[in-house]
Amino acid sequence: MKMANLLRIAWRAINRNRMRTFLTMLGIIIGVAAVIAMTAIGQGSKQSIQKQISGMGSNMITIRPNSNVTGGVRMDNTSVQSLTEQDITALQKQPEYIDAISPSVTSRGQVINGPYNWATSMQGVFPEYLAIRGWPLLDGVSFTSQDIKSAAKVCLLGQTVLNNLFPNGEDALGKIIRFKNIPFKIIGVLSKKGENTFGQDQDDVILAPVNTVQKRVLATTYYQNIFVSAIDENATDKAAAEIQQVLRTSHRLAKGTDNDFTVRTQAELINTFSATSQILTILLTVIAGISLLVGGIGIMNIMYVSVTERTKEIGLRMSIGARGIDILLQFLIEAILISITGGVLGAGLGIVATRLVTFFIHWPTLVTEYSVIISFLVCFITGVFFGYYPALKASRLDPIEALHYE
Amino acid sequence: MIDMSSVIVDIKNLQREFKVGNEVVRALDDVSFSINAGEFITIMGSSGSGKTTLLNILGCLDKPTGGEYLLDGTQVSKLSKTELARLRNQKLGFVFQSYNLLARTSAIENIELPLLYNARFSARERREKAMAALAAVKLTDRMNHLPNQLSGGQQQRVAIARALVNDPVMILADEATGNLDSRTSYEIMMLIQELNNDQGKTIVFVTHEPDIAAFSKRTITLRDGRILKDHINRDVQNAKDVLKNLSPITAPSNIAT
Repeated sequence: MKMANLLRIAWRAINRNRMRTFLTMLGIIIGVAAVIAMTAIGQGSKQSIQKQISGMGSNMITIRPNSNVTGGVRMDNTSVQSLTEQDITALQKQPEYIDAISPSVTSRGQVINGPYNWATSMQGVFPEYLAIRGWPLLDGVSFTSQDIKSAAKVCLLGQTVLNNLFPNGEDALGKIIRFKNIPFKIIGVLSKKGENTFGQDQDDVILAPVNTVQKRVLATTYYQNIFVSAIDENATDKAAAEIQQVLRTSHRLAKGTDNDFTVRTQAELINTFSATSQILTILLTVIAGISLLVGGIGIMNIMYVSVTERTKEIGLRMSIGARGIDILLQFLIEAILISITGGVLGAGLGIVATRLVTFFIHWPTLVTEYSVIISFLVCFITGVFFGYYPALKASRLDPIEALHYE
Repeated sequence: MIDMSSVIVDIKNLQREFKVGNEVVRALDDVSFSINAGEFITIMGSSGSGKTTLLNILGCLDKPTGGEYLLDGTQVSKLSKTELARLRNQKLGFVFQSYNLLARTSAIENIELPLLYNARFSARERREKAMAALAAVKLTDRMNHLPNQLSGGQQQRVAIARALVNDPVMILADEATGNLDSRTSYEIMMLIQELNNDQGKTIVFVTHEPDIAAFSKRTITLRDGRILKDHINRDVQNAKDVLKNLSPITAPSNIAT
């Protein structure tokens, strides 16, 4: 018996009852489309989170002070004064895995340029901050360590601030703007960074020398954050350990006491968010998988009905020379053809649905090859698994009884 | 014209027993006969006489519990199910009372069906042989018609073409005119006589109607599982003449053949 002939026989049999075949397929079509769309949405959000977090600088490490209780007074972690210039000096001392260091203090306020003003935040940093964040200047120059020492009143504008203070597109370099009534000279313009993972506009910022913001704007001596970049992406964990050690010594923490600071790497951030979207992906895939299973049971059900309904046909086929195995293969191939065709249509529908999701609600999506391949494999297995028993039943019919079945 | 000496079927002391509960029912008891190439035999008998059982065994759908059955030189009693299927596919043709055509399948595809179960034929050979069989039953112009677009007589002719397509050594017909009115029955008998006389096809026709048996050359009559009578028909009726003498007024006008 030639396989081509069996395929032809099964194909003709399926074609004889197109409406039923389509309805049988529907379960598989919806199941596969759901699997592909769901994984595409899951993968898409995972990928975009990863991209955005790495966009912050994938070897960046953030040090924050811990919230603390001092003398019964509970303070939130921005007012804790545990990170100081001493820490920077200690970290700069013999760094093994640390590349660049920058402290950070932030002040919110109104910035004014002539008739234009804008509520934004000014962040005091080292010039190294730009390298740590992987954030190049679009125009002008950055401030220097000399500017830090002298607490120079110079600043770099983020794109959003620039657009609000200079709406007509005039040249901002060299202009003087006022932040909390303190005049700052614009010496550079930052390139566009876009929104971060949390939807914050990263371009809505003014960067200035850290000492300037500390002394002239906030009148403080401590830092709110310290940003560190590891020598490369693979060294972030080692760098984080190094920082812990240095800071514990610098803060004179006794053995067994908790850190009064937190060290976070970008990799940890990525893992945290990936884990969330991973759970989402698994959940969605399980739901989609269940619908595929239901589709498979639908095939089995219809194949059983079909075998009973076509008993006479089976009897005829046997009487003209079909062997048991021919009947078995015919029904098995019919089930597989139905599930595979359903899989193809479902994959198409899933991809279209994915595109629509991206187009209409702007969710990031990513159709991965493996989700398509796995769906096909599942379809094939579904066809074989759920088609086998009905096919076996058909092949074991007695030709005489089958011929006289009414 | 036809080599009458070659034996197609040789049956000796054939027995077929069925177990019904604790009782053993003997459907065929010590049946012996042989069929030569080119014969047209009717098997007659009332219901329960064993004629259906005999036909099933002749058609290799069932195996005897005793005795011998030699079909075209092959000892059928010892064959496996798979070998029986191959024998049916290559040496036999079936025509049923209820036609048993595949619904929603064109005449030509129905006729091709037995050849699909034989790996020897290419798609072109299948089509050629099916066209030849369709021509033999004079339905070439209906090749793409579906069964529900054909009259009963036409459907039965497609079924006969399907039985012819694999060049069987013997065609087995089971009450093949049972669902047809007399005029159409005679037309089918005329076709079968033509196949037998002009093309030398060996035909075994099971019926309980004496006027159908009158068209055959030999009649075997069964009763209670035994052969009651096995005689050569001296006065074979010609279906063509019977049709000619049939009053045209009695012919139902809606039957088109």
